[in-house]
Amino acid sequence: MVSVCFYFQVHQPYRIKRYSVFNIGKDHNYFNDVTDTDLNNKKIIDKVAKKCYLPTNKLILDLIHRARGKFKVAYSITGSALDQFEEYAPSVLDSFKALADTGCVEFLNETHNHSLSSLYSKKEFKDQVSLHKRRIKKLFKCDTKVFRNTELLYNNDIAKQVKELGYEAMITEGADHILGWRSPNFVYKAKDVDLKLLLKNYKLSDDVAFRFSERSWKEWPLKSEKFARWVGAVNGNGNLVNLFMDYETFGEHQWEDTGIFKFLEQLPFEILKHPDNNFKTPSEAIKSYPVVGELDIPWVVSWADVERDASAWLGNQMQRSAIQELYMVEDAVKQSKDPQLLKDWRRMTTSDHFYYMCTKWFADGDVHKYFNPYDTPYDAFISFMNVMNDLKSRLEQGGENNEGVRIQV
Amino acid sequence: MKVLMFGWEFPPVSTGGLGTACYGLTKGLCLNGAKITFVLPKFTSENAEYVRIIIADKVLSTMNVIGINSALVPYVSSSGYQQMLQQKVSYGGKTADAQLYGWDLFEEVNRFAQKAKLIAANEDFDVIHCHDWMTFLAGIEAKKASGKKLVVQVHATEFDRTGGHGVNQYVYDIERSGMHFADRIIAVSGFTKNMIVQHYGISPDKVDVVYNAVERTNYMPNTFKISKSDKVVLFLGRVTLQKGPEYFLYAAKKVLQHNKNVKFIMAGNGDMLHKMIELAAHLGIADKVLFTGGVKGNQVDDLYKSADLYVMPSVSEPFGITPLESLRNGTPAIISKTSGVSEILKHALKVDFWDIDELANKILSVLNYRVLHETLSTHGVMEIEKYTWDRSAKEVLNVYQRCF
Repeated sequence: MVSVCFYFQVHQPYRIKRYSVFNIGKDHNYFNDVTDTDLNNKKIIDKVAKKCYLPTNKLILDLIHRARGKFKVAYSITGSALDQFEEYAPSVLDSFKALADTGCVEFLNETHNHSLSSLYSKKEFKDQVSLHKRRIKKLFKCDTKVFRNTELLYNNDIAKQVKELGYEAMITEGADHILGWRSPNFVYKAKDVDLKLLLKNYKLSDDVAFRFSERSWKEWPLKSEKFARWVGAVNGNGNLVNLFMDYETFGEHQWEDTGIFKFLEQLPFEILKHPDNNFKTPSEAIKSYPVVGELDIPWVVSWADVERDASAWLGNQMQRSAIQELYMVEDAVKQSKDPQLLKDWRRMTTSDHFYYMCTKWFADGDVHKYFNPYDTPYDAFISFMNVMNDLKSRLEQGGENNEGVRIQV
Repeated sequence: MKVLMFGWEFPPVSTGGLGTACYGLTKGLCLNGAKITFVLPKFTSENAEYVRIIIADKVLSTMNVIGINSALVPYVSSSGYQQMLQQKVSYGGKTADAQLYGWDLFEEVNRFAQKAKLIAANEDFDVIHCHDWMTFLAGIEAKKASGKKLVVQVHATEFDRTGGHGVNQYVYDIERSGMHFADRIIAVSGFTKNMIVQHYGISPDKVDVVYNAVERTNYMPNTFKISKSDKVVLFLGRVTLQKGPEYFLYAAKKVLQHNKNVKFIMAGNGDMLHKMIELAAHLGIADKVLFTGGVKGNQVDDLYKSADLYVMPSVSEPFGITPLESLRNGTPAIISKTSGVSEILKHALKVDFWDIDELANKILSVLNYRVLHETLSTHGVMEIEKYTWDRSAKEVLNVYQRCF
């Protein structure tokens, strides 16, 4: 028996516009870029909705119907993506609601703003997780049971925090140097706490997410029949294959003309051809299979880059200093009782802002460059820090309630 | 490989990047085994046709340097030439023979070319290599006289020098015929290559890009402080239209409105210097801007090292070695996007030269955010490591090979 567990990540950050020193104190709209660049959030949402979200949701809905409930998937949709769908593309939200109504879709819980709060503030982490939980419940009428942390960041300490928040399971990365000799195709548990773990099968996931259209890859072109064979090969030495990837893989990272939609359309039936195979959502998977071992991961791991660590967000001095500045004002922002200020501050916690400041990609290759809407990491840092200073100036004025929290600039 | 090279300035007597580039490149070529005969104009009161010059440099001891008695000086304009010729002839110590020199710049360039022909007939070499328009006629004559291959290297075009306005037809014609006569063309950047292809009707296949580099130095600069609290922002270069000095001052004005504790240094000479001094006064920032005039040798590194930030707001910069020199001293740089060096420098901030608000924003950001300064500095220092004259020289040798 092999179960395939699909989980798709849906996320869009609120990108900060080019915000200069001269905007400080005068302009409190940080995310309203209207240029033709990739800092224009509305433009990006429109584009990705058209290329990916709408056609892929339509296809998945269709597949669920055609497979008569045998095809199942899970989504984790960040709060900042949901905010933007509400603001710019309500039809995308409606199509996710339609998927929720099928009963074959599970929604996962994560930090509302796709933040790195698990590494910086337990309090904010808790706040964002519950914010997201309520949001998902309200929108999709379902309880979330499985947790997914930003960029699959994980260690023993994060597992403890997640357990305390009442979750049964968590999703993380299953790369070789994290698992050692162990296989990602089983259910594990966290060290010392009763929290089950589902690990990304990074080889098979990346075959779709990254290598699908790579002509130099010896398996190109990848057909669903071949891929189903690879999945089937796990039979006998594993219980489940966790295919975790960005939802934007479909139509945005891999364009339509690569054949990615055809692949997805045929895949469920190719997999179900074999009577031993099925699809399971994460909560079903943890109930169906026994825990085979405990993972002890004291250091921080993620699903990013070859290093699979946090260095893409916190690897250089600029990134660390920017994020420290941000969390330094957390208490003051919360005490200000200014809802707009808190909303803006939360949008600043999104991990992407720090990713854009990464200088590793000068050596590391194109992945970051592809995702960076700023010309350079330095431009990302400058806009972020200028906004931070504006935020602080708002705090000094005491927000709306004028309580006057003094901050050291 | 034996090279007959025509240049127009060579350190220690140099006023711009061209001299620095010729020095670094010839040194790199010598170390890679090339035999160079370097010919350049040299103003002398002796009545000699040309003189052999001794260069006090160990590496360059194998290089043969010839000075042609000429009144040509680098970066001179035609009106500037006439002024200078008058001065030189009347104040030059021993009275030189005015008849010796061309009555205007272009006649002098021609005269230089005729002398080059004589040298070409007497020297032994495999390839001719000239730097920029003043030597292009010399190169053409040398090629005609010897039948050897000609490589011209373009460090700047007339479009860069004039910002595209008031291009001198005569200079343009010389540039164009030099490029067409050449067997291969070296451009100092992709930016310059585009210029050559677009404005001079040259096929891109004929042009190779060889980036400049920066000389390593053992010199430990002496730093100074203007005042305890003030940060220092530096402009260093010829104060001419091409270098965009006025944008530096306009941005300075903006920065000072935001932060009073900043001093601006404008180092260099040029035909816009007086205008810039007046502009600083007009903007009401005369007390915040220091003009040093021309700077030489170690003073240059002292300035870079003492500054918190270097700014190169060039309107049109074919390469731009100065940001590399600045980073050699650990000082971060803001550079114009319309520059060749921006093609290779990732760890520098980049602006459109006309975008004064953005320039001021970036200046203030580097001064205010300590980690930004640190990151640009540490990454930048590492980044320039790979741009050595040895590397450039090897690429130039490859270009020579491509002629045959």
